Amino acid sequence: MTETATSEPVGAQSERCTAAVRISGASVRLGGRIIFADVDLTVDSGQFVAILGPNGAGKSTLMRAILGLAPLAAGSVQVLGDTPAGARSRVGYLPQQRSLDRAAGVRGVDLVRLGLDGTRWGLPLPPLGKARRRSERNRIAEVIELVGASAYAGRAIGELSGGEQQRLLIAQALVRRPELLILDEPLDSLDLPNQAAVAALVRGVTSRERVAVLLVAHDVNPLLPHLDRVVYLAGGRALTGPVDEVITAPRLSALYGAPIEVLRTSDGRLVVVGLPEAPHHHGDRHEPQP
Amino acid sequence: MTPTVNPSLSLNLVADLRDLFQFPFMVHALEAATIVAVLASVVGWYVVLRRQAFAGHTLSVMAFPGAAGAALAGWPAALGYYVACAAAALAMAGTGPAVGRHKSVASAVIATVQITGLAAGFLFLSLNHQILVGLETLLFGTFLGVSSSQVLVLLAIAAGVLAVTALIARPLHFCTLDPEVARARGVPVRALDVCFLLILAFAVAATSQITGALLTFALLVAPPAAAQLITGRTLAGLVVSVAIALVVAWLGLAAAYFSIYPAGFYVTTFALAAYVLAWTARAARGRLAARRRTRLPSAGVLESG
Ligand SMILES: Nc1ncnc2c1ncn2[C@@H]1O[C@H](COP(=O)(O)OP(=O)(O)O)[C@@H](O)[C@H]1O
Ligand SMILES: [Mg+2]
Repeated sequence: MTETATSEPVGAQSERCTAAVRISGASVRLGGRIIFADVDLTVDSGQFVAILGPNGAGKSTLMRAILGLAPLAAGSVQVLGDTPAGARSRVGYLPQQRSLDRAAGVRGVDLVRLGLDGTRWGLPLPPLGKARRRSERNRIAEVIELVGASAYAGRAIGELSGGEQQRLLIAQALVRRPELLILDEPLDSLDLPNQAAVAALVRGVTSRERVAVLLVAHDVNPLLPHLDRVVYLAGGRALTGPVDEVITAPRLSALYGAPIEVLRTSDGRLVVVGLPEAPHHHGDRHEPQP
Repeated sequence: MTPTVNPSLSLNLVADLRDLFQFPFMVHALEAATIVAVLASVVGWYVVLRRQAFAGHTLSVMAFPGAAGAALAGWPAALGYYVACAAAALAMAGTGPAVGRHKSVASAVIATVQITGLAAGFLFLSLNHQILVGLETLLFGTFLGVSSSQVLVLLAIAAGVLAVTALIARPLHFCTLDPEVARARGVPVRALDVCFLLILAFAVAATSQITGALLTFALLVAPPAAAQLITGRTLAGLVVSVAIALVVAWLGLAAAYFSIYPAGFYVTTFALAAYVLAWTARAARGRLAARRRTRLPSAGVLESG
């Protein structure tokens, strides 16, 4: 199942062989507080990587640093061989907090379209843009079909369920054929069957098009069949590697500075026991809010 | 300038229209109303989508310090409108993002700008020994006193504002609906916030010269709000919004011409009627859809049973 994830070059596309993401020694400071320090991470093209960790660990901030939205206090981030800002048009992004209340009356298909032409200035000129518009319409229909949202893409966003909205937003992130997809807790508001379905969907789509995926999650289990690597973020530091090397009792205990057990159930699920309840009460970190 | 003959409505539409167009002041009023209706309903479509009606209201209130300041400085009142509205827009823009995370702070900022503007107007008024000619015009507009040069100025301003709106239309739409992703894609969200507030400032200043400060929303908010009840599509919504605003403005002027009541009253009443109609249509459609949905599953049960 991991053929597509190995780093052997496949096809002419991967000639340039640059990593999708290369982070070295990165630190981010927000509001005078170090969110994380000295994080190293390399994601190869086509890899599927989960970012795990407790609430407030800085997972979203790490994603925002990769997008060039959070300034680095130290270190460097390279995306698709370019700066984060330079790689923008080749990255698809699904943010964690998203208020779609203004889009409630907008059709799903129009929200997907924004991913394609939302950054263009001016209006499309009818005679010149005809062929282009047809190809764009085809691409939009194709990507909506890909995420299985064709049945309801014509309905208003506000009338759709969380899972249906999530599929359309993933379609929006995919519509420009990005080389890197950043999904911040896309499984968060979904029920268990939908979590597994969306995880499998993302894996299927991205392995076919050799898109690297960074997926922030709370629970590693729905992702286990798909993962190439995990990043475990806690206490301002990061552990990176294959699942079996990172999610182990000794390494997580060292990361948290507290005894932690990792159990494996008979069906292969991982259960992490003994996680501190509120991680930012520990160590030298301060409460963010006064 | 009041009609010298007492116009009366006949049942002959052609004769009524000829009657309506026989006086230049009426032609100018219709021209100005047409320009303002198009401008207000297009800009207003974004105002409603961006939930910026409060900012729009604050800008319309700026007609007061604008007119009072212009009177004090010896400027034309219209120039005072534009300057005061633009200054208020920049003040609102300079103090924080109009959309996104700090929304609650933004509404406090807008309220502060509003009250500062009113206080400035009061100050200008007392410096000018309490003289402000045309208070009623300021509040309720001058539908029937528009000159041909005013029409030309309105046309130039509307053309400029609409051109800028067309230029930024899609990124503005993107960062309105989906600011986080737009920012990640490199859309200058903050600059567009400021740009749109300036667009709104000019649209409000232009509209309030015709409808008066108090009735700006009759064209700026009611038609686009009705349009957005009817359709969520961008182009269709804009077309419906403009169509409603034009019908409301034209009917309002015509009704005022043939009766003793002021145009502002009719324009506002017709705008409200359009909104109520759209709301009713939407509610009826929702009920129909709900009934269809409840009928379908039971039919399915019958078939499978
Ligand atoms: N703009 C900001 N200014 C100050 N602190 C912030 C800001 N954004 C996030 N933080 C803080 O950074 C920490 C990490 O946040 P986040 O990256 O969202 O964590 P996660 O996604 O892992 O839950 C939190 O403690 C949060 O309060
Ligand atoms: Mg987060």
